[in-house]
Amino acid sequence: MAEEIRAEMVANVWKVVVSEGDEVEDGDTLVILESMKMEIPVLAETSGRVTSLEVAEGDVIQEGDLIAVID
Amino acid sequence: MFESVLIANRGEIARRVIRTAQRLGLAAIAVYSEADADLPYVAEADEAVLIGPAAPAQSYLNVAAVLEAARTTGAQAVHPGYGFLSENADFAAAVSSAGLGWVGPPPAAIEQMGDKINARNLMAAAGVPVAPGSAAPVVDADTARAEAAGIGYPVMVKAAAGGGGIGMGVAGSAAELDGVFATARSRAERFFASPAVLLERFVGHARHVEVQILGLANGEVIALGERDCSVQRRHQKVVEETPSPGLPEQTRASMLSAAVRAGAAVGYRNAGTVEFLVDLDRPGEFYFLEMNTRLQVEHPITELVTGLDLVEAQLRIAAGEPVGIHPAMVRPRGHAIELRVYAEDPKRFLPGPGRITVWREPAGPGVRIDAGYAEGNTVTPFYDPLLAKLCVWGPDRASALDRARTAAAAFAIEGPKCNLPFFAELFEDDQFRAGTYDLGLVDRLRPGGRPRNQALDVV
Repeated sequence: MAEEIRAEMVANVWKVVVSEGDEVEDGDTLVILESMKMEIPVLAETSGRVTSLEVAEGDVIQEGDLIAVID
Repeated sequence: MFESVLIANRGEIARRVIRTAQRLGLAAIAVYSEADADLPYVAEADEAVLIGPAAPAQSYLNVAAVLEAARTTGAQAVHPGYGFLSENADFAAAVSSAGLGWVGPPPAAIEQMGDKINARNLMAAAGVPVAPGSAAPVVDADTARAEAAGIGYPVMVKAAAGGGGIGMGVAGSAAELDGVFATARSRAERFFASPAVLLERFVGHARHVEVQILGLANGEVIALGERDCSVQRRHQKVVEETPSPGLPEQTRASMLSAAVRAGAAVGYRNAGTVEFLVDLDRPGEFYFLEMNTRLQVEHPITELVTGLDLVEAQLRIAAGEPVGIHPAMVRPRGHAIELRVYAEDPKRFLPGPGRITVWREPAGPGVRIDAGYAEGNTVTPFYDPLLAKLCVWGPDRASALDRARTAAAAFAIEGPKCNLPFFAELFEDDQFRAGTYDLGLVDRLRPGGRPRNQALDVV
């Protein structure tokens, strides 16, 4: 089943750690966001393949925006 | 005294400095980024200058833009607040070279305290206690392993050029050291432009207590009492109180005199804070942590118990005037506590910016609110999450806590995330109520170890 990873807050995409097509494990860091002088790692909550990556470094994303899909 | 002062900062601290400047008859000049145009401090200043876009590097950290604003407005002095350019020795020197009054310490004192290893060595030489640790910057893993073995585990690994708890890590054993060292090194490089780290004995059962000092215009350094800052999340302060509920009188007295020696050792002028770690497993022992060469966020609680206005003292010292404060006259009265109201959720402490739809401040005896925002403002993701400082004074600790609990419950903020519910929980905690807590308090209130999306403060 596909897992959609969405942003929990308005943030700047500081670092993109994975690429589309990568295999990831539950708990792996996908991207690192930056908001209010904190860096917030966004983790995979399931194991699988990153089928879609919707953000790039430097993007500003809003709460609820799609970051990645893991299938 | 100056006729005008430019405040090179934003939010609550800009507003705080503006208030005292205007009371003393100075014109208060604000600077602001495009993201902050609607904030209260911009409206309350006598004049306000747009200095750039939201990104701090292009506005509040832009030395040229800040100096240009001072030039065009004819400001006579610059107050840096805290954070941003406040501990930048080059900026301090540039302000003075431009013929302006610098409301802060001499650039040399900022520089000496900014390098943590240099500061440790200086303090040790001045008879200020330091924890066993590095006497020189550590840049490779082999040296780190050798030093750690000498200090003994667990060891704390942190950026030599850093501060404020950023990029610190603890290695419990030799097996953990390589990973902790690599992380600290890359963070030090990224955030402080230098990969040098410092190793120090990790004190597991400790309180964080700091001393407010003032270096007077005549060269004398005085101590104005301590603040206990042991309620921390991710090495960042959430609640502070004075006097410290866990410091024996004799330890307090030796800490105050150590803080005066620390300031004197670097020729300190103006307001500064010397931070110490109190080792609860070794009665009477405390160690120098770092010195903040600026006004501290939590300065209001010292003001509440002493009746002093520290910003007024800063301006007078910068102008070369006597402040009229003598240590023998400073008799702290009662108890004060500060709650840092952050735009972050009360469970995981993750930030949540947003538009403020409801903002109602509490009032009552002993209540002081230093706020950066008002209803209708938008809290943006560009700056730190501090919304307001809820400060409360009472004749004793029990009454200060009672008043703080009532005030926190009456503070209504809607829109951004907000940590106010955390304080309700804190006031129920037995160790906090008894004053016997240590730096592990917040982690104990949030059992289960590190939450999945653990945020890390970067600046």
